[in-house]
Amino acid sequence: MRNVLAITQRELGAFFFSPIAYVVLFAFTFMVGLLFVFLTDNFTPGSEASLRDTFNWLPPLLCIAVPILTMRLISEEYRSGTIETLMTAPISDAEVVVGKFLGAFIFYAIMLAATLFYVVLLSVYGEPDYGLLASGYFGLLMIGAMFVAIGLFFSATTHNQIIAALLGAFFLLLLTILAWIIVQFTDVEGPIQLLLQMVSIMDRFQHFNRGLVDVNNLVFFCGGTAFFLFLAVKVVESRRWR
Amino acid sequence: MIQVRNLSKWYGPVRAVDNISFRIREGEIVGFLGPNGAGKTTTLRILTCFMPASSGSASVAGFDVFSESMAVREQVGYLPESAPLYPEMRASEYLSFRAKLRGIASTDRPAAVERVARRCRVADFITRPIGQLSRGMKQRVGLAEALMHDPKVLVLDEPTMGLDPAQIRETRNLIRELAKDHTVILSSHILPEVEATCERTIIIAAGRIVASGSPSELKERITGSSRLIAEVRGPAEAVKTAVTGINGVGKVQTTLVDGWNRLVIEAQPGQDVREDIFKIASKNGWALREIRREVASLEDFFVQITAQQNIEREGHAST
Repeated sequence: MRNVLAITQRELGAFFFSPIAYVVLFAFTFMVGLLFVFLTDNFTPGSEASLRDTFNWLPPLLCIAVPILTMRLISEEYRSGTIETLMTAPISDAEVVVGKFLGAFIFYAIMLAATLFYVVLLSVYGEPDYGLLASGYFGLLMIGAMFVAIGLFFSATTHNQIIAALLGAFFLLLLTILAWIIVQFTDVEGPIQLLLQMVSIMDRFQHFNRGLVDVNNLVFFCGGTAFFLFLAVKVVESRRWR
Repeated sequence: MIQVRNLSKWYGPVRAVDNISFRIREGEIVGFLGPNGAGKTTTLRILTCFMPASSGSASVAGFDVFSESMAVREQVGYLPESAPLYPEMRASEYLSFRAKLRGIASTDRPAAVERVARRCRVADFITRPIGQLSRGMKQRVGLAEALMHDPKVLVLDEPTMGLDPAQIRETRNLIRELAKDHTVILSSHILPEVEATCERTIIIAAGRIVASGSPSELKERITGSSRLIAEVRGPAEAVKTAVTGINGVGKVQTTLVDGWNRLVIEAQPGQDVREDIFKIASKNGWALREIRREVASLEDFFVQITAQQNIEREGHAST
């Protein structure tokens, strides 16, 4: 546990040092601002004081933002050779992966926390449903955890950060947007439709956004996170055998 | 302390380490010498548990590197080639981070960092970000990290690579000092370095151990006669004839160097004819201003023996 925390602490520190993290932070906050102002109905008198419409657009945004945040996590270690001192320290590969995951996830949570400003705004000018908001944030944390795990996995597969980011973004967009679009707008039937619905992150997130904290969604996201972390550990371990 | 038995490592079709075996006792300082691509780094990586061997076994401090990897890692301090560090961290932060990974309690960490900083002389720039440090400074930080948990064994991969001569000397002195309290195994392709720091040298080429022993033992294995250099002032022909006439002298070459005859004398191995040369010179009244013996160097041995191995390996590869 102590090893995991040591890695987490280091990674968090490294995030705050990295210019890319600040760029992502800025861009994300800016985009949320734009969404809040332009793409939602928040400013019509009498409309609901909620962030639901804003949150609705966040998953696609996160598909790009999170892989950029996580791209350097393990790729950089391969590139600079520090993977050698890391893997010869008395720390297991699993502890390394979990430590990095926690570091990135905490940074992600901090990034989300920037949007709390809008909650304050809503409470000043209206009476938002805090339960709904809480559920929405919870959903964002859940997808964040899974996205970070996926980004971490792709980072472990290559020493090239750009490839890690691109692969991660591509994979996430596939799961998030494409599955949703196919289900909504085309005539697929039967087992394919079932599969796409199961995998569609957008679909599941919208349940959280509407206040439904559903066990099967919880299992999906927690399980998905655990699965990709497991894969990441295996990929890192496999490096030793090459 | 370190035992390696029939260790082999394949990278795909390439055999990097070919069935090597050696032992290192506690407190020894051993140099792993070999040309580039010989398998030194691979062997060290197997010993530090970075990668597993393809076959054979190795143990450090009684723990097997494959099955008891965590225990081995706790006993070993490792400085990889080109001392990899995190450029965004300050040296003190990095050392503190590694101390934490090594299990040093938070109350003991500052003292431990200070101790290694003093030993490796990094205290002056310990608050600077690592990205701003020079090569030599980074190397010292890496060495400080390796010493952090007071390991029984120090594994140093090319510890003086890329350093300037003053830094090289400093590092060698430091390593010699460290050898008093730790078992040290270092690798290098620079001969004089290994000669200067190590009690014992293991020469590896093309994945195989070709020689092992102290520098003087290895020099004895060199075939070939020894040479004598002497400078005598006198009539060239007479000098040459007189010297050639000495019992045990083979070929004599002379060159004239501002009035002095510079003689390169090949004598039978084991025959020390220096006294005879002195006697001849004084009998004939010739001034003698230099006389020294040139033993075939370790370098000749190294070149000879590693060239052999490389040819053999190429021979295998092409069949």
